[in-house]
Amino acid sequence: MKRKPDAVGQPSLADELERLEEIVRRLEGDDVDLDDALVLFEDGVRRLRAARDRLAQAELTVQSVIEGAGGDLEVRDLDV
Amino acid sequence: MTSLPLPFEVPVPADDVWSVSQVTSAVRRLIERDLGAVWVRGEITQCKAWSSGHWYFTLRDARSQMRCCMWKQQAVRAGRPPADGTEVYVLGTPGMWEDKGEFRLTVTAIIPTAAVGAQQQELERVKAVLQRDGLFDAARKRPLPAYAACVAVVTSMDGAALRDVCNVVRRRWPCGRIVVIGARVQGEGAEAELVRALGLVNRLVGVDVCIVGRGGGAREDLAVFNSEAVCRALALVRVPTISAVGHETDVSFTDFVADLRAATPSAAAEAAVPDRRETERRLQDLAARLAGGLSSRTSLAGERLERTGDRLSAAMTQGLGRHRHRMERAAVQLDALSPLRVLGRGYAMPTGSGGQVLKRLTDFGVGDTFNLRVSDGVVAARVEANG
Repeated sequence: MKRKPDAVGQPSLADELERLEEIVRRLEGDDVDLDDALVLFEDGVRRLRAARDRLAQAELTVQSVIEGAGGDLEVRDLDV
Repeated sequence: MTSLPLPFEVPVPADDVWSVSQVTSAVRRLIERDLGAVWVRGEITQCKAWSSGHWYFTLRDARSQMRCCMWKQQAVRAGRPPADGTEVYVLGTPGMWEDKGEFRLTVTAIIPTAAVGAQQQELERVKAVLQRDGLFDAARKRPLPAYAACVAVVTSMDGAALRDVCNVVRRRWPCGRIVVIGARVQGEGAEAELVRALGLVNRLVGVDVCIVGRGGGAREDLAVFNSEAVCRALALVRVPTISAVGHETDVSFTDFVADLRAATPSAAAEAAVPDRRETERRLQDLAARLAGGLSSRTSLAGERLERTGDRLSAAMTQGLGRHRHRMERAAVQLDALSPLRVLGRGYAMPTGSGGQVLKRLTDFGVGDTFNLRVSDGVVAARVEANG
């Protein structure tokens, strides 16, 4: 099976966790009003869910990359 | 007739007479007990490479000579048989060829003495130029990513290193992705292939960290990881790099050029990816703090409401109603994040052998085993009937 290398469009898990930490810190602080707190909370819940979904992926993806004759990269699934 | 005097006593069968094989095997035991593997310097003559792949040759110096053999497995790694007259170092174990009653050396490595000097000089040169160009500088070292989603691995496609890396990542971080760029890691062509593979890493999208290395081997098998070209290609990799060459005790120049030196490929994989269970605990902690943060906020709002009670306008009451609705919705979302809470209400979640949730009739074949996750554990189950 051949596949083109897929670009990773979503933010990294590290960014997601960093943003979550920041949300929690602000929510635990004193200078956020209720309106903003709710916005932060909802944003946090969304990011938590996204992070959990990402962790829930059960199967490690292993692929090999080779450079084709024309210089194109070919990605194949690998069974290791 | 007078009997001739015998020059010595003829033994009788009752005496202690040794058989040939008893002598050879006793000598063999003596040699093998007292001598382990040794390095021997000498000149090669009568070298014969048999079609079986084994080599037989004689090693000699000005006074003595001895028969040597090198079995196919080691001979393959040694490349071409040395020409007669070549001065070499060999690593071998002295032993006894019992069926011929011959003493011989079983050789596992051959290095021409001329090559040793040249190799040493080349190592010194590479070390000097890489040092001069700052490739070993501690200031160059980049931190590894805390949550790598994609690990590039530059190694042999059929080596143990790749299997080790995949096993460790599969155990620690199964939600990750490994991209392998295969390259020979020893022998002819290895240098060029490693340089090309490291160059390919920079063309891949989404790679977070790169492991380069191989499993253990003889010192000459690891030599390509001291190559100037490989070290320079490694230094040009744009993501943080981990060098893992051989075993704990092996050290290569790539170890000093990479951002991290790992003792083994398995150790490199441990360093490259986080642990999923730890990350899940961190998320749980964040979820709890998120919920706590909001509830303390709402109780603060409640206190303020009481304090300012009668001065509260109708608009603000409406505002709070709106908030309440949003809060309820958010709380439901938070609740939904924990499947265990649902299980706590008496539901159970069937999962297949791969951990996937079984949702439909077609996911259950009669006789199939599956797991039933309940609020406080897992029950093994089997499908008796379907539909």
